Amino acid sequence: MAVDTTFAGRVYPPGDVYVVSREKIREFAEATGGTHPAHTDAAAARALGHPDVVAPPTFAVVIAQRTEAQYVDDPAAGIDFSRVVHADERFTHHRPLHAGDRVVTTLHVDAVTLRGGLAMVTTRCELADESGAPVATVVSTLAVRPEEDA
Amino acid sequence: MSTGPALADLAVGQEVARRTVAVDRARLVRYAGASGDFNPIHWNERVATSVGLPGVIAHGMWTMGAAVAVVVDWAGDPGAVVDYQTRFTRPVPVPDPGAAEVEVVAAVGALDPEAGTVRVDLTVTVEGARVLGKAQAVVRLA
Repeated sequence: MAVDTTFAGRVYPPGDVYVVSREKIREFAEATGGTHPAHTDAAAARALGHPDVVAPPTFAVVIAQRTEAQYVDDPAAGIDFSRVVHADERFTHHRPLHAGDRVVTTLHVDAVTLRGGLAMVTTRCELADESGAPVATVVSTLAVRPEEDA
Repeated sequence: MSTGPALADLAVGQEVARRTVAVDRARLVRYAGASGDFNPIHWNERVATSVGLPGVIAHGMWTMGAAVAVVVDWAGDPGAVVDYQTRFTRPVPVPDPGAAEVEVVAAVGALDPEAGTVRVDLTVTVEGARVLGKAQAVVRLA
């Protein structure tokens, strides 16, 4: 099944609130070799002016990938994960992400384009707090190889 | 106040940090659990080879995350990284037994005294070949 380019421009409203926990930050920091004490020690984080432990710079991918699943796991979108290569990723932090944050995320399908047989799919997750104040923007592009190459 | 690096002391091109990080299969399983990315090409040899890969490869997002840890330690505050982007240019095969060695070199790419930020450019290689492209972290410094 081909990637459906008509999904471009779709917006998926926020689903459940994601509650950032100290333990999830610790797990993610340990997995990526993030040894800075502000990831795991609340006192060290407070000494830097943060309210609680601070997430590593790519932690927001945990929230973003859950959110993106609404689109990329939809069979109608035509994205076969056995043919997907992650092309690029960008995190823009409007403020640091901390334990205790309650995050709501809106998913935008910014572009679905065909380029020499490859489908390039760009999504954008806008993370905000419950009052709507922006927390982070995560932009991700996947390249989907055509079926005949599989 | 942190005692991190000062913008005024930096020059474009200056190397600020360097680290070699080993990644083995156990680390990928750990990252899969931590991130929620359970794509089997990152832990199952049979699936990886069946889709044309040389074997199990690291999550691109693991490599991206491991590389920026070097910048966080240098900056002295994880909250100082205000923007971070990369392209994934080459997969990182992870052998079993053994580990892949990922070398990360961080250098000053650009300075913006008005914004109070430095762009740190990361050169991330495995056996001399770049695995990330345009890996850039923008860091706010005092």
